[in-house]
Amino acid sequence: MTRLAAALLAAVLTLAAHAEAPRFKIERGEACVAPVAEMRRDHMKMLFHQRDRTLRQGLREPRFSLKGCVDCHASQKTGSVLGKEGFCSSCHQYAAVSIDCFECHSPHPQKRTAARP
Amino acid sequence: MNPDRREFLGWGAAAAAGAALAPGFRLIELAQARSPQEAASKLQRWGLLIDITRCGECDACVTACHEENGVTGHGRPETDAQWIRKVSLRDKRTGYAQTLPLMCQHCEHPPCVDVCPTGASFKRDDGIVLVDKHTCIGCRYCVLACPYGARSFVHEATSGQKPDVPRGKGTVESCTLCVHRVDRGDTPACVEACNKDGGKAMAFGDLNDRDSAIHKRLRAEPSSQIRADLALNTGVRYQGL
Amino acid sequence: MASIQYREIEGRSGAYLALLGVLGALILAGLGATWYMEHNGHHVTGMSNRIVWGMPHVFAIFLIVAASGVLNVASIASVFGRELYKPLARLSGLLAVTLLAGGLAVLVLDLGRPERLIVAMTHYNFKSIFAWNIFLYTGFFAIVALYLWSMFERRMNGYTGRAGLLAFVWRLVLTTGTGSIFGFLVAREPYNSALLAPLFIIMSFSFGLAIFVLVLMAACRWTGRPLGDVVLRRLRNLLGVFVAAVLYFVAIQHLTNLYSARQHDVERFFLLDGGIYTALFWLGQVLVGGVLPLALLFGSASRRTLAAAAVAVIVGGLAQLYVLIIGGQAYPQAMFPEKDVASSFFDGVVASYTPSLPEVALGVGGVALALALTAVALKVLPFLPQSLADGQPRSA
Repeated sequence: MTRLAAALLAAVLTLAAHAEAPRFKIERGEACVAPVAEMRRDHMKMLFHQRDRTLRQGLREPRFSLKGCVDCHASQKTGSVLGKEGFCSSCHQYAAVSIDCFECHSPHPQKRTAARP
Repeated sequence: MNPDRREFLGWGAAAAAGAALAPGFRLIELAQARSPQEAASKLQRWGLLIDITRCGECDACVTACHEENGVTGHGRPETDAQWIRKVSLRDKRTGYAQTLPLMCQHCEHPPCVDVCPTGASFKRDDGIVLVDKHTCIGCRYCVLACPYGARSFVHEATSGQKPDVPRGKGTVESCTLCVHRVDRGDTPACVEACNKDGGKAMAFGDLNDRDSAIHKRLRAEPSSQIRADLALNTGVRYQGL
Repeated sequence: MASIQYREIEGRSGAYLALLGVLGALILAGLGATWYMEHNGHHVTGMSNRIVWGMPHVFAIFLIVAASGVLNVASIASVFGRELYKPLARLSGLLAVTLLAGGLAVLVLDLGRPERLIVAMTHYNFKSIFAWNIFLYTGFFAIVALYLWSMFERRMNGYTGRAGLLAFVWRLVLTTGTGSIFGFLVAREPYNSALLAPLFIIMSFSFGLAIFVLVLMAACRWTGRPLGDVVLRRLRNLLGVFVAAVLYFVAIQHLTNLYSARQHDVERFFLLDGGIYTALFWLGQVLVGGVLPLALLFGSASRRTLAAAAVAVIVGGLAQLYVLIIGGQAYPQAMFPEKDVASSFFDGVVASYTPSLPEVALGVGGVALALALTAVALKVLPFLPQSLADGQPRSA
């Protein structure tokens, strides 16, 4: 009986694990501001560190700006990094790590105007 | 890229930027436009000078601010955020009437910064008072503490934020002196609109820069602070009050 | 020397379960209200950009202030050595913890970002009295827990005096901090005053003791434990003194304000033409919260009038906090002396406020939480003496 239960559990978990692998397209740019492995591992550390530098000290290094991330990673179709195949939300939903960046920050890329750097 | 290399590049870029800009500014006084790699500096103090004798029924400043910063109304005047508003005054004894725009005064000794339990309400080195929405817990104590009623609490979910201006439900916000524009050498939206479509009542500049227009006017002409009795040394000064 | 016997309450009767049921339902309602407010944003409440602290804060601050004051009874026993109060010390400590828990729950759940409580507990701006309060409240839990442990654990009984002194001093600082939340607001005329800290201290004595009396009388009556007249007479007189002291502080505050022409407008608002705030001040705070309890306490000796007086003190206390917190915000800030002011942001006018159901549900939920925790704790541990009849042994 326990063996059956264990087998069932393993099957369900395996199925669940494959259910929603993150799917996203990287549509713009040659490469990110850092290697993929490092971005995957440390992007949160970078964001936390940079946000204080930007906000408190006014350091706006373009390489690490959240707007820059969104500009590149926003889906061409939906114009957002959120949503079903959104760059940020698809991984975060899969990993069940909720993010609240976009409660305040815009998930859409900036409109390109002559005035923008 | 390992951290050391990144740090080196960062320093290198800063040095290069410094070298490129160096002929343009002197050590004591900074030019208005800062490079993105430069921190806000204590040497500067941003401020406004508003001549309310030129203020009429116009509210170009209010419209421009809310447009620039994505502050949308929801048809609920009591809870909708207002970063700037026109205030009408009428002398109780003489009946003399005036109007003026009122926004965060960017005090040197801001009561809102003193009372914030998490330090989310803070003053940047160059005098701009801001709310760090990452640490704001939405307790609204700063809204109580502000002598000017400049702060608003975001009472509903937000959407359609401008990329330069994050705003979210459950946090407190107020006029940022258009810090995103100031940091790239621009003037606040209200000042730009006033000079373009309004009464040309508003001036923006570095109060510490002896050569700036605003500093020269403050030296030569009378001006006042709202609630000067509180000794907050506001960054926004008024003429004609 | 015979010692006091403490015993847990049985807690198996239908009435006890019904009580827990009612309190549980109120707590659920409070949680539901929290979800509703947090999910939709605070625009669904009566609070606004002019009145940012509403009914939840009236209840929360009442509970927090009372929590600090209810510890008085234990302090009188441990710090001032009055034998008569020793059997009451455990219940006093318990109520201090549960009332504070209820009050803080309301405060935290009303935050715009309640999920950032961890941020609040790890980022401190020590210039803010609010930050100090967070520190003082959490410390209070720990200290009262230690104090209670010294009472329960026979081997630690020798330390009760020291723990009691620490708790006594800590809560004076805590209540000073709570009062100073308002007292330190430089720009608001109804608030900016050094008097608010001592006023809050004396309010805590009054509200805390009123709650203690009611809980004690109810607990003894519903569990059939004798409660003698000697104990009640002492508590009665003490409550009367505290109520009179609160009236004194309020009188001094207003008399001093009336003396300066600059404060005439704000005084006229509260004392004369502030509408609901004036009514609540005179009828609620002064009459029901002050004069009526004094008449009931000193004009009679029956238990019914003692209980009624305690209820009146609580009602008057809530009215007092409503006038202070909400009335103080409703009164417009004086930015432009000698001018009539108008704007789209409601400058220059008395702000309007109507308590909304979610706010009241949250506040009441906090009260219910405090009472439910108390009821459960009384069943789990021996907080209540078996008998408080006259002539019972008094030493622990």
